[in-house]
Amino acid sequence: MRLSARTWVLVAALLLLAAVPPLTALAQQPFYVDLFRRIMIFAIAALSLNLIMGYGGMVSFGHAAYLGVGAYAVGILGHYGIHDGWLQWGLAAGASALVAAAIGSISIRTSGIYFIMITLAFTQMLYYLGISIEEFGGDDGMRLGQRSQFGGLVDLAEPVSFYYVVLGILLVFLVLGHRIVHSRFGRVIQAARSNEPRTRAIGFSPYPYRLAAFVIAGAMCGLAGALLVNHTVFLTPEFMNWTRSGELMFMVILGGMSTTVGPLLGAAGFLLLEEMLKNRGLLPAWVYEHWELYFGLVLVFVVLFAKRGLASLIPSSGKAGGD
Amino acid sequence: MILVIEQTLNGLQLGVMLFLMAAGLTLVFGIMNLVNLAHGSLYMVGAYLTTFFYQQTGSFALGVLLGLAGTLVVGIVVELVALRTLYARDHLDQVLATFGLILFFNELVAILWGRTAIYASLPPALTGHVELFANLRYPLYRLLIIGIGLAVAVALWYVVARTRLGMLIRAGASNRTMVAALGVNIRLLYTIVFGFGAALAGLAGLLSGPIYVVQPGMGELILIQVFVVIVIGGIGSIRGAFAGALIVGMVDTMGRAFLKPMLATVLSPSAADTAGPALASMLIYLLMAGVLAFRPEGLFPSRGS
Repeated sequence: MRLSARTWVLVAALLLLAAVPPLTALAQQPFYVDLFRRIMIFAIAALSLNLIMGYGGMVSFGHAAYLGVGAYAVGILGHYGIHDGWLQWGLAAGASALVAAAIGSISIRTSGIYFIMITLAFTQMLYYLGISIEEFGGDDGMRLGQRSQFGGLVDLAEPVSFYYVVLGILLVFLVLGHRIVHSRFGRVIQAARSNEPRTRAIGFSPYPYRLAAFVIAGAMCGLAGALLVNHTVFLTPEFMNWTRSGELMFMVILGGMSTTVGPLLGAAGFLLLEEMLKNRGLLPAWVYEHWELYFGLVLVFVVLFAKRGLASLIPSSGKAGGD
Repeated sequence: MILVIEQTLNGLQLGVMLFLMAAGLTLVFGIMNLVNLAHGSLYMVGAYLTTFFYQQTGSFALGVLLGLAGTLVVGIVVELVALRTLYARDHLDQVLATFGLILFFNELVAILWGRTAIYASLPPALTGHVELFANLRYPLYRLLIIGIGLAVAVALWYVVARTRLGMLIRAGASNRTMVAALGVNIRLLYTIVFGFGAALAGLAGLLSGPIYVVQPGMGELILIQVFVVIVIGGIGSIRGAFAGALIVGMVDTMGRAFLKPMLATVLSPSAADTAGPALASMLIYLLMAGVLAFRPEGLFPSRGS
């Protein structure tokens, strides 16, 4: 089997990620374990968004909702003294899937601008819900007493083990995402994106397929939320802030929509750029103090002129579109 | 009873404010098919410019005039430089590019005027209260906002329904290719409509300055409420924007004022204390979900394609 250039890049990127902990241990820069773990967590979230936005054509402007639901599922169980990881992560994915089913069942009835704004508004609703429930910290958020416990299996408090857990989940989701996209189910979703009337004409009603994809993406992103709260050990309603949804969309675009490797490249590009612009040692004060100004301009520039994303820089073997 | 009337007026005031924002945004949606998140930034620019010019000149009227003109200019520049290339793009590109503009504008304002909220004062002539009838004294300034909002609504209706420009706007909303084919300069029309919407957003921003806070990011809070208004009213429809704005203004204000005491009659006080504010802040989104479940195109869908 000949592998395409993009697959090689993906394999190289994963090998590189696997090599981060020993390399940083050599260089004595533990900060980078933290940074790349965050990159991988956001890559999982972006990957789930790519599934519905890239392949399904559903421009969800509320994907941060599931990060929040997943994080709160872990946080709330922890709040009541339940630290069992299987239970916490299971609830995170399950609750996110349920919320996605509720939001999706109404949103998918609409399309275009309506869909964008409805997903945004529902997320905003959850955001205000998070702010107004004082029991779980309200506006200030709450600390996670301890990270999810997996018996003696793995200790998430140990940064490197946690790092490899995240890498493992990323790997599983990359494979899972690839399998979904290339299954019959995935073909129907892509068909509905490119031509809805024809899809109907050959006998598929797009609604249940889209809803199923929406729920799967929600559950995946919920698990990313559970990872994120274990990463930060703190959660606030800001997890669900609408700017977070915008950032996830940007990661997908930056990396290259409708590609397997795109979300990973996008999350890495986004967070590394942010880290770089904020870096005090690297850049003069007028940059790092107002890094969002430049970040905004980069965003506009990428959307206007580099729409196909980082993945398009990799030479692909003739065939345009997905790999 | 006094409280109910007072809250009704508050709801009306929020409603007309939302309408000023929604009118411009819905026209831009309807005619150019553009999702413009940066509409909230124009609201912010209006508030800042007016406060700035009022402080510099010492005259409120002059401050308002310069603030409005300034927002108009900023809006037109943004349209010419960035948004014009976005009309032909899909919604995703529009959302992301205008999201980038929001980051840019928030940070630019923070550089120029600082990150902390600035105080937008009113001239002494507008700070008083009016005694509407016995026991009800209502702030003059809020009444003024209601008056201006309603006047703008009437003026907008006149322009859109009775003038040549309005005719072109309506034609552009239903079939822009045909309008262009008939020899209308559609680019110029777009710029005019956008500038118009920007000025209205600026007006909403400068009016809101003295009641709410003037700070970077102030536009986003109202922007999302305005989205709800437009979705409820139906995209592209001024009439829908007006109805949606009043409904959302009323529901939001009433929910915040009366939901907690109403829940306290059926729930325990502590449960009502938690559920009341939570439900109140979610109310307009629930309303929107309800409307969409029955009418996915909104209450007053525009007849264009």
